[in-house]
Amino acid sequence: MVKLTIDHQVVEVPEGTTILDAAASAGIPVPTLCYLKEINEIGACRVCVVEIEGKEKLVTSCNNVVEEGMTVYTNSPKVRETRKTNVKLILSQHEGNCPTCVRSGNCNLQKISNDLGILEVPYETQLPHSKSTKDFPLYRNYKKCIKCMRCIQICDKVQGLGIWDLANTGSRTTVDVSGNRKLEASDCALCGQCITHCPVGALRERDDTDIVFDALADPDKITVVQIAPAVRAAWGESLGLKREFATVKRLVSALRRMGFDYIFDTNFSADLTIMEEGSEFLKRLGNKEKETFPMFTSCCPGWVRFAKSQFPDMVDQLSSAKSPQQMFGAMAKSYYADLLGVDPEKIFSVSIMPCLAKKHECALPNMNDAGAGQDVDVVLTTREVDRLIRAEHIVAANLEEEEFDMPLGVGSGAGVIFGATGGVMEAALRSAYYLVTKTNPDPDAFKEVRGMDGWKEATFDLAGTPLKVAVASGLGNTRKLLRALQKGKVQYDFVEIMACPGGCSGGGGQPIKDGEELAGVRADNLYGLDKVSDLRFSHENPSVQKCYECYLQRPLSHRSHELLHTDHHAWKMPGEQ
Amino acid sequence: MSRLSIITQNKAQTTVEELYKDLERRIVASPPGLCPVDLAVSFLKVCHAQTCGKCVPCRVGLGQLQCLMEDVLEGNATLETIDLIEKTARGIYYSADCAIGYEAANMVLKSINGFREDFEEHVLRGRCTCELNQPVPCVALCPAGVDIPGYVALVAEGRYADAVSLIRKDNPMPSVCALICEHPCEARCRRNMIDDAINIRGLKRYAVDHAGDVPLPAPAPKTGKRVAVIGGGPGGISAAYYLALMGHEVTIFEQRKQLGGMLRYGIPNYRLPRTVLDKEIETLLSIGVKVETEVTIGENPNIVDIRNQFHAVYIAIGAHIDKKIGIEGEDADGVISAVELLRSIGDNEVPDFTGKDIVVIGGGNVAMDVARSAVRLGADRVRIVYRRRIPDMTAMPEEVQGAIAEGCEVMELMAPTHIEKDEDGKVAALWAQPQIIGEVRGGRPTPKAADAPKVRLECDTVMVAIGQGIESKSFEAYGIPVKRGVIEALSWSGIKDIPGVFAGGDCVTGPATVIRAIAAGKVAAANIDEYLGYNHKITTDVEIPKIRLDDRPACGRVNMKERDAAERKDDFELIECGMTHEEACQESKRCLRCDHFGFGVFKGGRIDKW
Repeated sequence: MVKLTIDHQVVEVPEGTTILDAAASAGIPVPTLCYLKEINEIGACRVCVVEIEGKEKLVTSCNNVVEEGMTVYTNSPKVRETRKTNVKLILSQHEGNCPTCVRSGNCNLQKISNDLGILEVPYETQLPHSKSTKDFPLYRNYKKCIKCMRCIQICDKVQGLGIWDLANTGSRTTVDVSGNRKLEASDCALCGQCITHCPVGALRERDDTDIVFDALADPDKITVVQIAPAVRAAWGESLGLKREFATVKRLVSALRRMGFDYIFDTNFSADLTIMEEGSEFLKRLGNKEKETFPMFTSCCPGWVRFAKSQFPDMVDQLSSAKSPQQMFGAMAKSYYADLLGVDPEKIFSVSIMPCLAKKHECALPNMNDAGAGQDVDVVLTTREVDRLIRAEHIVAANLEEEEFDMPLGVGSGAGVIFGATGGVMEAALRSAYYLVTKTNPDPDAFKEVRGMDGWKEATFDLAGTPLKVAVASGLGNTRKLLRALQKGKVQYDFVEIMACPGGCSGGGGQPIKDGEELAGVRADNLYGLDKVSDLRFSHENPSVQKCYECYLQRPLSHRSHELLHTDHHAWKMPGEQ
Repeated sequence: MSRLSIITQNKAQTTVEELYKDLERRIVASPPGLCPVDLAVSFLKVCHAQTCGKCVPCRVGLGQLQCLMEDVLEGNATLETIDLIEKTARGIYYSADCAIGYEAANMVLKSINGFREDFEEHVLRGRCTCELNQPVPCVALCPAGVDIPGYVALVAEGRYADAVSLIRKDNPMPSVCALICEHPCEARCRRNMIDDAINIRGLKRYAVDHAGDVPLPAPAPKTGKRVAVIGGGPGGISAAYYLALMGHEVTIFEQRKQLGGMLRYGIPNYRLPRTVLDKEIETLLSIGVKVETEVTIGENPNIVDIRNQFHAVYIAIGAHIDKKIGIEGEDADGVISAVELLRSIGDNEVPDFTGKDIVVIGGGNVAMDVARSAVRLGADRVRIVYRRRIPDMTAMPEEVQGAIAEGCEVMELMAPTHIEKDEDGKVAALWAQPQIIGEVRGGRPTPKAADAPKVRLECDTVMVAIGQGIESKSFEAYGIPVKRGVIEALSWSGIKDIPGVFAGGDCVTGPATVIRAIAAGKVAAANIDEYLGYNHKITTDVEIPKIRLDDRPACGRVNMKERDAAERKDDFELIECGMTHEEACQESKRCLRCDHFGFGVFKGGRIDKW
């Protein structure tokens, strides 16, 4: 233990503790800006500087550790003035148009600047000249970037893709796409983790809310919206709602007020995915000699982008099943149009996703199998739907619960857990077990694959056959797993991959709380919903059963193949052969 | 009123003088990888501040050039802007009245010629081609990438054995390098910005002198792969050591009686004592490297035989043949090749030069080595004849100063023309043409014959030390590509289209430094391991000391001291004295820890393994 004094308080902390953590343990929060625990501890912004008695220079508290007998001042006159100067310098190179910024009210720079009582900046405003492309789902505003380097670090250290890097040197140093590439020509997986870890509004999704407003205003369009599993665990966060209050049924109510004609649940198509992907897996298992294992899940488009650009040799091992979003889109403009008796061209299909890559996925050239334009016309992130609610002046706290529309509003607990890492695997195993044995397993029989570990593995007994499965989330973990597979160090039958750490609940389209990783809490919420669900098995979803009976006939049928499966080779990643 | 007055500097002027010095040191400490256009425009701004304001091209033109170059950097330029910059700079160069203007314009012209593609990248893509890949200057400039801030911090903590282990991760010969490394690491030390570079080599020496016996790490399990290393110099030994550490079975084939290459057969004992060299080699071989001495890979066995007997081969034969000067009388009795002399001394065949009057031709380290050895072997008089000036010598300045201190006379600007023989065919004198230093070509002033008569330097021995060549013929004969005398190897040490054969060190680069040979051995070891189908990692479990948060006020650099010239010139014992404990403590604490402070904490501050 090391004993020191911080702001006249005696503090005792373990050796190796940073001054920042030591101060926090004494109830003294030192403001930080660039700091992101274990990911970005580089002391770039110099906001967390503190004074150490006897030393002329100030030191950053985020990445320097305590020493025995040290006397630290976190708010001495020297610190106060220096910290303020540094924040003003940052502001001088930051486009501070807060009223038009998506992060207004949820911006660390804004908060620090307000807290320090900075009312004017005595320096000339200097903004960079680089321009972003507006049509890519990921948008960087160079004028707002404060060069905290978090995006570089999250992409390097957690996602292992190295999309962002410093560009230029000296006074013109900025953050840009590595290797002098353009973002749209890079192998960015569109996971959006750089967005959720940006302390300001320099990174955001392409905003598609206006397209949705236009569609809602168009009397000739029938607006159909689907809500992804993980959205329900997070949508209330940025609206100030308590987690238990922010149920999906209240989101349904909000969407109905906005004027959506039909509000459905992506859980329905998650269950459909299980039927298709599960059947495909069992088919591949039955043909063990000819197939290459493991089979990979394909519902995460960030993962599909990653696989295509980083491990092209493994693309054939991806399940051909579309993601639940795209399955839903295809069904909405075929089966559901039939049910309504309308021309599918009239249907405007919206999806609400915790995800950026879905914005790219819906626009892929082959995602139009229902024959009425894009199967999903527009994708909104959870953050965008929150902005819609606010734009419509809907008082979220006054919302009552309302039911989904039928029949595509029915989803099982197995569908709900798609939103957490391991959930797809668990849901698939529940139904695979049934498909093989014709009896239901204990719904919690496969819970070993739950949890926030980045790389999990388990072996289950499937009617006498041992089944080795693995689950990875986060692309850094994914790369490790795939390399181990390539080297023959591990062998699996079935692998679930999610690009975002923690799965969709930690998705790049989810609400942002600076410095907090909420994937785990949100996942707990989803598992809670599964637990209390009357339906725990995808194959028991009555709407799914009905849909096969009346329309698709059976999993992997010809029509299923047409609508619910895809060819991952039908489009190319930048640089893909 | 007085007619004249004494000029004294006012406070502003003295401060500016100080700032000039600060700036000079800062430029010395420029890290590699900065945007050249950005730097060029910054220099131009300094140049412009120097203008007296009289003439148009300099007063106006330098400012306009800055604006145009800023446009390039800010993305407001087109390709035509670059042409306009060039045209304007040319105009200034042609018409400025004094050097303040035309030399500033010349710098811009040089910039455009030197890195036009970087200008274009800024114009076309608004980006720079440069990246700060390795932010710790000393590590970046050490060819072997030794973790210098790490071991300097270990010295500061008194953990000398750990310092040696850490160095060995990237450079297996710390004792040798502690004495004779040319320390490129010190060149851009960030400490220059405050006062002066850290004495890194001196600290390494303190570490090895006080570490005691430091055990080697345990080698990886045996792979059963056999690797031949041709040449037992520092590069070959380094490759052999790392390959053995990776579990491969390594055999070194050495042409001479003992291992060490130029360390033994080129560098005198007074710079690198044999005891130190022998101990270092012995330690490294103890990991399990086989050695076959007095085997020449030429006709029998030849490189193809060796390749067939081993899974991979590393050629590290160095540069051991002397170059002839090509003047009349070179065949005289008493003309000695420096390389041969040092080679005999290396095998303890020590000649006696008592009473000799010796002239050494050359200005490199080898010339200094033979001159200083000759002094120690009893020579009456030793003169070093060099056709350029002393500052132009390629020898390290301390070597030249050492030679002078020991009584060698340096005759600069003298180009040897022929050697005069007596009736017995023995050397009688060296004739030389006095030179005048002239035009700068390729950044170096070149000498030409002065309008003065030739001089006769009476002597009985002439030592030729004008460079070394490579015995590459017998390799070329068996298909190894050779270009201008050096073996052609790729940047990863492989040889094009000949899988399993690698080459590096002096035989690839031409005569260079020990640390470059060691680095080449390291690169070869990694790529041979990869070629053999492995990915062994070389690492260490030494924990790097945590950062000290002390202020770093300006403090002079501790330089190495040498034994008194009068005493040392009579023996071959080590000249250089190590630092005292007090000095090592102070010097090691001067380190700014660029691995933690600055860019190093963000990217590339430490490479734990390779």
